[in-house]
Amino acid sequence: MRQIMKIAVCIKQVPATTKVEVDPKTGILKREGIDSKLNPYDLYALETALRIKAALAGTSITVFTMGPPQSEEIIREAYMMGVDDGFILSDGAFAGSDVLATSWTLAQGILETGPFDLIICGKQSTDGDTAQVGSELAEFLNIPHLCNVLHITELDQNSLTVEMDLPLHRQRAIVRLPALLAVEKGIYEPRLPSFLKQKATADRPVRRLKLSDLPDQDKNHYGLDGSATQVARIFPPETNQVRVTWDGPEDETAQKAFELLVKGKFLQQTR
Amino acid sequence: MTMAELVIHPEKISDLRQLPRYCPFGAIVIENGQPAITAACKMCRLCVRKGPSGVFELRESIEQPIDLSGWNGIAVYVEHEQGAIHPVTLELLGKAGELAKVSPQPIYCLFIGQGIRDAADKLLSYNVDNIFVYEHPELEHFRIEPYSAAFADFIAAIRPSIVLVGGTTVGRALAPRLAARFRTGLTADCTSLEIQPDGALAQIRPAFGGNIMAHIITPKRRPQFATVRYKIFPMPLPEVTQRGEITVCPLKPEWFNSAIDVVEIMPKPRVKGIEDAEVIIAAGRAIKKPEDLEMLRELAGLLNGELAATRPLIEAGMVEPQRQIGLSGRTVKPKLLITCGISGAIQFVAGMRGSETIMSINIDPEANIFKIAHYCLVGDLYKIVPALIERIKKSKDNRQFLAAVEKCHHEQL
Repeated sequence: MRQIMKIAVCIKQVPATTKVEVDPKTGILKREGIDSKLNPYDLYALETALRIKAALAGTSITVFTMGPPQSEEIIREAYMMGVDDGFILSDGAFAGSDVLATSWTLAQGILETGPFDLIICGKQSTDGDTAQVGSELAEFLNIPHLCNVLHITELDQNSLTVEMDLPLHRQRAIVRLPALLAVEKGIYEPRLPSFLKQKATADRPVRRLKLSDLPDQDKNHYGLDGSATQVARIFPPETNQVRVTWDGPEDETAQKAFELLVKGKFLQQTR
Repeated sequence: MTMAELVIHPEKISDLRQLPRYCPFGAIVIENGQPAITAACKMCRLCVRKGPSGVFELRESIEQPIDLSGWNGIAVYVEHEQGAIHPVTLELLGKAGELAKVSPQPIYCLFIGQGIRDAADKLLSYNVDNIFVYEHPELEHFRIEPYSAAFADFIAAIRPSIVLVGGTTVGRALAPRLAARFRTGLTADCTSLEIQPDGALAQIRPAFGGNIMAHIITPKRRPQFATVRYKIFPMPLPEVTQRGEITVCPLKPEWFNSAIDVVEIMPKPRVKGIEDAEVIIAAGRAIKKPEDLEMLRELAGLLNGELAATRPLIEAGMVEPQRQIGLSGRTVKPKLLITCGISGAIQFVAGMRGSETIMSINIDPEANIFKIAHYCLVGDLYKIVPALIERIKKSKDNRQFLAAVEKCHHEQL
């Protein structure tokens, strides 16, 4: 029987705006005024961990992030919410990581500093938007994962009962720990960072893990080399800002509207 | 051995302070007066293309040729609940057929569950060569470990080059697990898929918030995994003849070891606000009587959408307040908004301008709404809406629908 529940939460720093725009004249990206913030979905992962900590005495929460050195800011923010410890995985060797390499790197950091009973991730990030890192991380840690977690209805040191969103139904399931949860937005209302905690944790270190600190030392598993996918090119989206006027007889207009609905797949079988 | 890296040539830099501007992700930093690339780099290579000449270089070493020839076929994961096949599966089969025309290879289905044989038979009408069925009572409910084990068995045995998975909650939990197990790439939520004659898949998806599209490739690993959301690709028509077969696959008891016990399957609460609706029919002041709303409700029902209204109709008590669009109501961003008899006051427009496609019906060609609408239907809504409803109803069961679908296919091809 475990005495203490150890929770790891994976978080990410994302651009404060989702508008990455290319200047049409110079072809240079507009970066003015782009700040960074904690991925909003991760707030729900943090809050879930903090609620579990409040329910189970002796729980400790560690956050992990992979990113440039300035990502330390979001670990400080997590401290202000009540998180106990934090690691930043930061190394030039991690540059260009896709989902596979990112998940591998996070798994290595968690293996190095764990074991953890429960890993919690947000649903997705607002910049990458893939919602895949949690599942791949669970695979690399060889633990089960549950996605789209809407509620935690029961918990103890060894298991959780959760409700999950499925395409047509909801599923209630018991999962024995260790396990990974990816929680839905809105599972709990995230608390605000506390000024008192900010003062209390001002001197708490954020520990940095470089490639040389990780169990797997093979450089080919990290960064661009460890990535299975590559961005071949990026290009502006086709704007569908058409403006069409149909001002003929109403029956003809209705026919055109009907064809548009077919083309837009609005009449396909819906469930 | 490094296969590719970004190299900075400091001697070619004329203005050091400008360099960070060339990276949308803030990965270029100046440390102790020297430029460096941090872990924030996404290898988008914009710095190489748009940066000052010669400063950024992508150095790629000669890659060892890798053998991808052992991987062949396009596999579609059959998304279902208790044998009811999710339509995204058929859409993916339609796309698989298109891809196989360009790069000829077999099309497979992977069907995991319990009580699914009848459903598998029906799938044979969708241009599939072989349906691999993993059937067992332990697979009745989706649990990640048994489903992953069966999926992995299929990939190891059949070695498909491409695996397409519907972007549903189950598909998005399952696909990454398998991609990680095979140490291969997965591109989520593709909006377009194209194939090279050699079988390389070009995966197009919006990136970084949707303002930029990314063309993603999986150059050196197989299978190439992609998830695609429902209603991204057109629905194919069933074929008259079936050419494929069903292969029942043996299972191993150790696959069913799971830390998860499914306790209950519950219905989904169907409380849908107008904010969550993909289709909205919005009524405006031109609707004079409460009973005239019926045709708009009917249209909304036919399109699986919600009815909404402008403030005057709310104030008249004709529509509930939670269905009001506008500054003093809700902000909506549906895929399709059809405004009916709405002039387009600023307060209304503020609540709907983010809609993907806006179709507006108004009798006044000068109406403000036509400055916002993508499709401006000038005419009497009391004639256009019933005519539209009639066509949609007919289409549900007659050939006109099929003809329209086919026409739309040809336009897309």
